[in-house]
Amino acid sequence: MFDAIVFYTLAAMILGLGILVISVHSAVHSVLFLVVNFLFVAILYVTLSAEFVAVIQVLVYAGGIVVLYLFVVMLVSLKQAPEQYKDQRRLSTIGVLLSAVVFLEVVGIAVYTSTVTSETVSTSVKLTDFPPRIQGLGFNTEQIGWVLYTEYLIPFEVASMLLLVAMIGAIVLAKRDI
Amino acid sequence: MLEITPLHYSLLSAALFMIGVIGVLVRRNIIIILMSIELILNAVNINLVAFSAQLQDISGQVFVVFIIAVAAAEAAVGLGIILAFYRNKETVNIDEMSLMRW
Repeated sequence: MFDAIVFYTLAAMILGLGILVISVHSAVHSVLFLVVNFLFVAILYVTLSAEFVAVIQVLVYAGGIVVLYLFVVMLVSLKQAPEQYKDQRRLSTIGVLLSAVVFLEVVGIAVYTSTVTSETVSTSVKLTDFPPRIQGLGFNTEQIGWVLYTEYLIPFEVASMLLLVAMIGAIVLAKRDI
Repeated sequence: MLEITPLHYSLLSAALFMIGVIGVLVRRNIIIILMSIELILNAVNINLVAFSAQLQDISGQVFVVFIIAVAAAEAAVGLGIILAFYRNKETVNIDEMSLMRW
């Protein structure tokens, strides 16, 4: 009961703030709503007992990426907002309708799959009965660190290369003359 | 209804994903389009964490860490491109970014 209340509150806040992010007029307000949206997603991770991911979400997303967006919004000072230009080729209604159709399709697939698996799979194999992947390791962060540095070591190194390349690329793009 | 299953998380994730897609399709400010892409990546992360908790498998959360790294790289490069474009053309309207359109 309590879980349900928490989940529905968080879901309502996440979706409402998401709608505000894409619908509000000024870009600065949009960025601020995005920060609150990320914080609520972090709370959702805490309720799923994924504490490390929640902390990373707050530090990297709400603290780093969004501040970067805020800097760019402040740097790009516009005389006229992009939404005020009239462009007849742009068909926003069709975009919203297509997205709604795809959303209904995804909902249909998810509900159908869950009913099918609840009939066939989960009576024979209870997914929640599986033991944790690594026995004897304590908390969430310790488990993530163990798996990240053993099983996913090469993807981890590739991710560090990706971040290095992105850093160099951003400097090259943003600098006036090198 | 009162018991929270992975289906609930899937539906929340799908709804957030679609909000992001609508933002990409409808808005013209390219900064807000990049923010919609962040919403889409967040929807994927919610799915991964929910199923990681359901399956008691920590790999899902490791993938979330990778996705956040990719999102950070994407934001840095995308905003760099926006700044370089704004310096040349004085606009962030995607309808005016037609230089490489065929």
